[in-house]
Amino acid sequence: MRERNNIFSNIDWQITVLYLVLVLMGWLNIYAAVYNEDYSNIFDITQSYGKQLIWILSSLFLALLILLTDARFFSTFAYLIYGFMIVLLLIVLAVGTEISGSKSWFQIAGFGLQPAEFAKFATNLAIARFFNQQHLNLSHLNNRLFPLVLMGIPAILILLQNDTGSALVYSSFILVLYRMGLSGNFLLAGLLVVLVAVSTLMVGTTYVLFLLIGLAGMLFFFMKRNRKNIISLVALLVVAIGFAYSVEYGVDRFLGDHQKARINVLLGKTVDLKGVGYNVNQSKIAIGSGGFFGKGYLNGTQTKYNFVPEQSTDFIFCTVGEEWGFVGSTVVIALFLLLLVRIVVLAERQRSEFSRVYGYGVAAILFFHFTINVGMTIGLVPVIGIPLPFFSYGGSSLWAFTILLFIFIKQDINRNALL
Amino acid sequence: MAQRSNVSRQQTIIAIFLVIGVIYITRLFYIQVIDDSYTLSANNNVLRYVTQYPARGLVYDRNGKLLVYNEAVYDLMVLPAQVKEIDTAEFCSLLQIPIEGFRERLDKAKKYSRYKPSLFEKQISKETYGYLEEKMYRYKGFFVQPRTLRKYPKPIGAHLFGYVGEVTQGVIDKNPYYKSGDYIGISGIEKAYEEILRGKKGLKIKMVDVHNREVGSYAEGKYDTVSVTGQDLYLSIDGDLQEYGEMLMAGKMGSVVAIEPSSGEILAFLSSPTYDPNLLVGRVRGHNFKLLSEDPVKPLLNRALMGAYPPGSTFKMVNDLIGLQEGLLTVNTHYFCQGPGSSPIRCTHNHQSPLDVYVAIQQSCNPFHWQVFRSIINSAGHGSLRDNYVSWRKHVMSLGFGEKLGTDMQFELSGNIPSAETFDKIYGRGHWNAMTVRSLSIGQGEILVTPLQLANFAAVLSNRGTYIEPHVVRTIGNQKTLGTRFKQHHSTIDRDHFEVAVEGMRQVATLGTAKWYQIEGITMCGKTGTAENPHGDDHSLFMAFAPADNPKIAIAVVIENAGFGSTWALPIASLMIEKYLTGTVKRTEIEEKMKTTNLIN
Repeated sequence: MRERNNIFSNIDWQITVLYLVLVLMGWLNIYAAVYNEDYSNIFDITQSYGKQLIWILSSLFLALLILLTDARFFSTFAYLIYGFMIVLLLIVLAVGTEISGSKSWFQIAGFGLQPAEFAKFATNLAIARFFNQQHLNLSHLNNRLFPLVLMGIPAILILLQNDTGSALVYSSFILVLYRMGLSGNFLLAGLLVVLVAVSTLMVGTTYVLFLLIGLAGMLFFFMKRNRKNIISLVALLVVAIGFAYSVEYGVDRFLGDHQKARINVLLGKTVDLKGVGYNVNQSKIAIGSGGFFGKGYLNGTQTKYNFVPEQSTDFIFCTVGEEWGFVGSTVVIALFLLLLVRIVVLAERQRSEFSRVYGYGVAAILFFHFTINVGMTIGLVPVIGIPLPFFSYGGSSLWAFTILLFIFIKQDINRNALL
Repeated sequence: MAQRSNVSRQQTIIAIFLVIGVIYITRLFYIQVIDDSYTLSANNNVLRYVTQYPARGLVYDRNGKLLVYNEAVYDLMVLPAQVKEIDTAEFCSLLQIPIEGFRERLDKAKKYSRYKPSLFEKQISKETYGYLEEKMYRYKGFFVQPRTLRKYPKPIGAHLFGYVGEVTQGVIDKNPYYKSGDYIGISGIEKAYEEILRGKKGLKIKMVDVHNREVGSYAEGKYDTVSVTGQDLYLSIDGDLQEYGEMLMAGKMGSVVAIEPSSGEILAFLSSPTYDPNLLVGRVRGHNFKLLSEDPVKPLLNRALMGAYPPGSTFKMVNDLIGLQEGLLTVNTHYFCQGPGSSPIRCTHNHQSPLDVYVAIQQSCNPFHWQVFRSIINSAGHGSLRDNYVSWRKHVMSLGFGEKLGTDMQFELSGNIPSAETFDKIYGRGHWNAMTVRSLSIGQGEILVTPLQLANFAAVLSNRGTYIEPHVVRTIGNQKTLGTRFKQHHSTIDRDHFEVAVEGMRQVATLGTAKWYQIEGITMCGKTGTAENPHGDDHSLFMAFAPADNPKIAIAVVIENAGFGSTWALPIASLMIEKYLTGTVKRTEIEEKMKTTNLIN
């Protein structure tokens, strides 16, 4: 009993409440997204909202289990869990069921289970475990490469399942690495890479060439002009130009037609409202037609009448936008930001390196999902099919995100325990 | 140092979160609040504006018999923006259209609008609609709109009713009420009373899902408007008389118009050859229209309004009336007739000579009327011969000739009473006289009248100088009368003079050219005409009113190229008068002969 009182007096209620609110909002929006007067009972388990309720209840049960588990269990068995997940990923590659193009599902008793969702927290555990070593010397190349390997293995396996979106999630660990001492230049470089890539695709290499030279010229004018800086600048310029050309070449050469089409639609270079652009266009119409206050709960037409595809999973944010308008969308975004900031704040107060790294990992994964998912519904990032955490319909993802978050909550409860 | 660096890294990461949040909220503000094109697109997605087409008003005859009603059909509409890949072959075979036609129609619809419905295939029968309805869910972007089409219980009155067709672009451009695919009256009373018959279109706003299935009405029907059915028309036409007349006129080219003199109400209005008005309804309309318009006997031509004929001897009373009015002719005036040897116009009848105006009318004497006409033109006494002609023409036109009568039907011709200017142009001013234009004295030459004008003239005679503009509609909807829409006109001839002409006409029917077709118990006043014309054999004409002392019907019959007025036009007029006044026809032998004779070669 003492143990349990301890849990509930030390638990961070802010995060817990945010989690519950998001899950509840998700459930209500799934109901609205596929609302059908013939099945108006929100508890009807033949409908996706009824099923989602089962997922929610079972997630809460999982959360409770985690809270009751010894906090040290996760750090102790981190590698084992990671290894187990890698094995699952391998098995699913061999015997998994293919659903909408991705061979990433186990079909068990009518329910689909997606190991890729669970591999995220497992990888996060492994990375946290790695950084937990005392006297870790990051100047060793091996120590720098090891986290990359931990991220790379599941990423590649998931890529092989043809689930590009879930594989890309692993790139979010760059935030963790940054927090753990990776040079900020990598973040800048990452930003530069994105900027150069996007502008190359939009306006072509010639303009980018002039742009980069102009930018370098301005930097040259303002910076301290010593020999080292000048050499770095020139090197950077050459690399950037080279990158611009290779982006063009790479897109031309390596990307499939439908990927190219998606990119072109996103960049506004082609208008294709029937084909590739249909989803994004309908999604924008749904959100855009919500106006300031929205059309009201269950009054949305675009999602309810199926104009928006995947409206209860990847495009669940459309229902928020259409029925709750700008106000509701902003509230949801604010809730996610609050959750992310709270996780980072909690992560920072951890005494154990394991807990801190794990916390940052949670924030990074949630942030990536949030950014990509919401971004694609409003036409700011390419359509990459990954769920909105806690919101989107789906058992695997809700379970996985719940586990991911509650392991951290459990670590936080135990932060004052002796290391 | 390390601590501070960690804090700043934490802040950097939080800053990255916030930047993304701000970017997204800004973007949301733009697409949700500032740019309203998305709202429009959402409406285009989900709202379907369904026009509610009212049924056109019904048409009844003067006895309340239904002449025109409506039948339900279905128009297949298409919303090009929603059309997805469908099984074109199956779809086309259901509709019984060629597969190439599918693309064509779709392209046409796209040209009009991608988001507004266009007509894809019109007037699908109930049976076809039955098959189609079950499979509709497979054909995204298509839906069905109920319409009504005209239906005629009896195949009569084609020219009277006219027909209904789709509006042309020209009409749409001029009148904002009409939209592509609407129907509009194109001729006859359908055109004349279009605004009354059409009613008022309504609009229902429905919501559809992505599969184009209706899922309810928008805003609980708050913005819907109800369609209003067209008002019914009650015609002055007597359906039985009309039917009887069409039966008699079968196999003849020409026209019959019968008018109630006291009211100007048209009792029968027919043009022959005619056609079953049901032929110009629905999907077969185009095909039949082509057949009818290519027919050499021109069944589409409304001869009652658009046939212009020389009136021949039926015009003779006009000259007598003017002569009486100008004081140049009295009941005591006698002229000589030298029969076939008369000059400049020979007489075609055997009768006494000298003769007065009664006998002249009764025997249709040409020389008598030439002399009356000559005296009017030469010595009406108001000045020059030309002035006399101008005043003659004015009298003629006051009797309802040479101008449109202002009937409620469309496309009326004015006929022709040649003006002095016309003769100036032909002969040169001062170079023509009564002799030059002598044909006018016997209703030949440049004079042209329509059957309606001739019937109206019979009404003028029966009314002793007045007429109400002839019309076919008595009342509209629930109104009691049409008010003063149809005006009374007074001729320039004094009432007394008409008694002379009417007495002549009475003698025509009892002693003269029409004596063989008297109706038992009814005295008729009439006048035959045998009009020479440049297009072939003489036209057979007859005009009359009856009963003589209390006229109920005035009638004109024109039969093209049928010879003497007394052979064909007269008996048909006589039968129709009998039918109208007594309800039955006893002279079945004559009836049989008229009915079965084909005069169209």
